[in-house]
Amino acid sequence: MNIWLGFLIDSLAFGATFIYGSTGEILTEKAGHLNLGIPGIMCMGGAGGCLVLNTIGKSGLPPFLIVFLGILGALVFAVFSGLIYSFLTITLRANQNVTGLTLTTFGVGLSKVIVSKLNPVVYLVSTRDYYHWPFAAEKNSLQLLGVLFFLAIIVALLSSWILFRTRVGLQLRAVGENPATADAVGINVTRYKYLATCIGSGIAGLGGFYYIIDYMCSQEAYLSVEALGWLSIALVIFALWRPHMTIIGSTVFGILFSLGGFITNISWIKVTMATTPLLKMLPYVVTIIVLVISSIRNKRENQPPASLGLSYFREER
Amino acid sequence: MEKQLALQMRGITKRFGSVLANDHVDLDVYRGEILAVLGENGCGKTTLMNMIAGIYFPDEGQILIDGKEVVIRSPKDAFIHKIGMIHQHFKLVDLFTAAENVVLGTESGEKYSLKAVNAQVAQIAEKYGFRLDPTKKIYDMSVSEKQTVEIIKVLYRGADILILDEPTAVLTPQEITRLFDVLRRMKEDGKSIIIITHKLNEVMEVSDRVAILRRGQHVATVNTSETDETQLTTMMVGRRISLNIERTKPVNPKPRLIVEGLNLYNTEGVHVLKDISFTANGGEILGIAGIAGSGQRELLESISGLQPVESGKITFYNPKKDRPVSFFHKSIKQVRALAEQGAFHDRNLNDVTFHGMSNKAVRKWVENGDVLFREDEIMNLRDKDPLEIRQLGVHLSFVPEDRLGMGLVGNMDITDNMMLRNYRKGKAGFLNRKKPRAQAEEIIRDLEVATPGVTTPVRRLSGGNVQKVLVGREIAYTPKVLMAAYPVRGLDINSSYTIYNLLNRQKESGVAVIYVGEDLDVLLELCDRIMVMNGGKVTGIMDARTATKEEIGLLMTKTEERKEEDA
Repeated sequence: MNIWLGFLIDSLAFGATFIYGSTGEILTEKAGHLNLGIPGIMCMGGAGGCLVLNTIGKSGLPPFLIVFLGILGALVFAVFSGLIYSFLTITLRANQNVTGLTLTTFGVGLSKVIVSKLNPVVYLVSTRDYYHWPFAAEKNSLQLLGVLFFLAIIVALLSSWILFRTRVGLQLRAVGENPATADAVGINVTRYKYLATCIGSGIAGLGGFYYIIDYMCSQEAYLSVEALGWLSIALVIFALWRPHMTIIGSTVFGILFSLGGFITNISWIKVTMATTPLLKMLPYVVTIIVLVISSIRNKRENQPPASLGLSYFREER
Repeated sequence: MEKQLALQMRGITKRFGSVLANDHVDLDVYRGEILAVLGENGCGKTTLMNMIAGIYFPDEGQILIDGKEVVIRSPKDAFIHKIGMIHQHFKLVDLFTAAENVVLGTESGEKYSLKAVNAQVAQIAEKYGFRLDPTKKIYDMSVSEKQTVEIIKVLYRGADILILDEPTAVLTPQEITRLFDVLRRMKEDGKSIIIITHKLNEVMEVSDRVAILRRGQHVATVNTSETDETQLTTMMVGRRISLNIERTKPVNPKPRLIVEGLNLYNTEGVHVLKDISFTANGGEILGIAGIAGSGQRELLESISGLQPVESGKITFYNPKKDRPVSFFHKSIKQVRALAEQGAFHDRNLNDVTFHGMSNKAVRKWVENGDVLFREDEIMNLRDKDPLEIRQLGVHLSFVPEDRLGMGLVGNMDITDNMMLRNYRKGKAGFLNRKKPRAQAEEIIRDLEVATPGVTTPVRRLSGGNVQKVLVGREIAYTPKVLMAAYPVRGLDINSSYTIYNLLNRQKESGVAVIYVGEDLDVLLELCDRIMVMNGGKVTGIMDARTATKEEIGLLMTKTEERKEEDA
C-alpha cells in the first residue's frame, strides 16, 4: 500500500479515539459539568467491552452480535461511571474537579485490574476481525478503518446537529450557560444534566474500547488509554465546544502521533534512537501551543459554557 | 363593561423557616387591568408573585384562575395557566439570540425552526410596539432591550397574566414612558398586568388599582384614581413618614477633589472613561446620574486607587489641621495681605479680615493664637493604590456598589469588618480588637442596625442592615471625601432615608459627598449638583435645585441615539 495513504489512514484511525473522548466531554460540558473523569471513564469503557468480549469471544455467536454486545458492554460500564459522577456532582453537588479526578484514578485502576485478568487470545485475537467486518478485504488488514471509526464520525456529526439545530440542543446549551434561566422557563435542569453527562460518558467510553480493540489491538493497549483521555479534554478547547470540530482536531492530533513512527520509515531521514522520544513528544507540545492560542481568543461564542464547573442550586431562602 | 376576574388568591401563606413571608393574602386580578403591588422591601410582594409564577409553592391557601382552583408547582405549570413573570434579574442566556431565548423551554409539536420563531417574535414586537431585532444576541443588548425580550418571552407562551417585578428600576425616564405605553396597549388587548414596585409616582401613573402589602399581609386594595401618594405611603409603611429629604444650602463650598481629563481603559481595552473633568466641593453632595454601566463604577474606582488610569489628574485638597498663625517669617504687612486672600479664620471658623484694625490689635490677636491659618495641602492621588492614599493621610471613603463583594466580608462579624479599615493598627503584629468592637457597637446603636449581636456574620443581616454597617464604617473613618455607589439599592424606604440623612449629615460637616444613584427623583432631592454620565463621558453638570428629570434623562441617553442614527 502507498506509504502516504497508510500514514493518513493510520492518523485518522488513531484520531477516532479522540473524537469519542472529546465529543463525550463536550456534551457533558455543554450541560455545565467539567468532567475530568473522562480518562477514567474511557478506561472503564474499554475494560467493560473487553470483559464482555472475553466471555462471548469463543461462544460462536454471529459476528454482528459480538460486535454489538462488545459496544454495549463498553457503553454500560462507561455510563455507569458517568452515573457515579453525575450523582456526586449533580445530586450531591460535590466539587466537579475533585470528583472527576477521583473518578479517573478509580477508573484507571479498576480497568487495569479487569483487563489484566482477561485472556487476550479470547477477547482480542478471536474478535478483532469482526470489528472490521463490513469493510475488511482480508483477514489481517488491520490498517483499514473499522466499524467503530465510522461510528465515531457519525456520533460527532449527530451530536453537533442535536446541539445546534434542535430544540433539545438549545435547551441543553441553556442549561450549561445559565441553569437558573433554564429552570425558570420550565426545563428540567437535573434531567438534562444527568442525561448529557451519562450519554457523554458513554460516548467517551467507546473511545477507550475502540482504542484497545480496533486501533491498537494489542494486549498492552489498555495501559495508554488514560493519556489519550487527558488529550481528549484538551481537544475540547481546540474544537471550541463543537463536536464536529473534534473530527478536524482529532485528525491533526492523529497525524502528530503517527508522525513519530512514520518519519523513521522514510529512508532519506535518519532518525537515531535518541531522537525517537523527541518525536513522540510532538503532540504534547502542539497541545500546549493550541491551549495557549485558544485561550487568547476573545469571541463570546468560543468561550466555555458560562456556568461550567458550577453546581446549580435553585434559589432558596 | 363588566370586569372579569382573571386570578384570585385566597389565604395564601408562605413560611421560610420561622419567617412568615406571606400571611393569608387575598388578592384579585381582573382582565384588562394593571394592578400595582406596592410594598417595602421584604414585605413579601416578590414572594407572593413567585408563588403565582411557580417558583415557590404556597404552604396554605388557594389560587383560582378564571374561577377554577389550580395547582402551580413549577414555572411550567404557570405557563400552562397562561401566567408569565418577568423577573427583576433577567433570566436570559447571554449567548443566545433574542429569538432563541424566547423559544427556550417551549414544546410545541411543530418542527423546530429558528426562522419561524424569528418571524413570530417580530410579529409580537410589532403588535405591541416594541423595538427588537430577534437575531440580536443578548450580550449586545441594553437593559431595556433585555427587558423587552423577557416580556416577549412570556407573550410568546401566550400569557394572559403578566407579572413584572420592579420593571422600571433599571430604565431611564424615556424608556419607562415607552414601557408604560406598551403595558397600556397590552391592557387594551385584555391582558392582566401585575406590576411590583415601590415607586409611588409610577403607581399613580400607570396602574388602575393598587394592592398594598405590609410585612407579608395584605393591607388593602384601592383604586388608583381614589387615592394619593400620602395615603399609599401611610398604608405601606404603617405610619406617616415624611418623604422629604432635608437639604440644606451648602456651607462655604471649597474644592476638595478635582478630577481633570481622566481617561481609563478597562482590561478588555475598552475606553470606559473619556476625558472626565469635575470638581467635588466640601460641604456639598455631588450626584452622579447615568444609565448603569456608563462608567460610574470605574470613575469611583479610579479615584479610590483601585484602577490605574491612562491619563488625567486626580488632585485632592487636603484641609490641614488649622494652625494658629504666628509671625514666624512674616511681617505684619504680609499677614494683612494673606488675610485679604481669606487665608485666616477664627476659632468659630468665621472668616477674619483685619480691615480697619490697628496693627497693635492684629498683633495681639495673632499672638494669642485666636487666628487660625487655613491651608490646603494639594495632593496627587493618581497612580496610588488605596493603601498609599491612606498613608498620605487622605481620608477617602468608598461605599462600593457590591456591598458583600467589595465592601464587607460576608462571613466575618461586624467587629472584624470594622477592622478591615484599621487592621494595621495595634502593636507588634497583634490586633487591637477593643476599639473596633466599640465602634461596631456604636454603629449598631446609632444607625439602629437590626442584628443579634456584634459577632453575627454580616452575610446574615438583611440588605439594609448590611448597608448601614458599611456606610457606618466608612463614616467612622471621618472622611474628607465620601463616595457612595448606589447606597440605597435594594433598601426599603425607611433604611433609604436613614442613609440619605447620614449623607446629609456628612455634607453638613464639610465632607465632599459623591453620590451615584439611579433614582432621579432622589438625586434631584438630595444632591446639590448633578453630574450626568453617558457612555463614559460627562454630558453635563447641573444645579439639582433647578434641573428637571427630563433634562437629566435626555443627557443620560443623548449620544446613544446619535450613535444609532450614525450606524
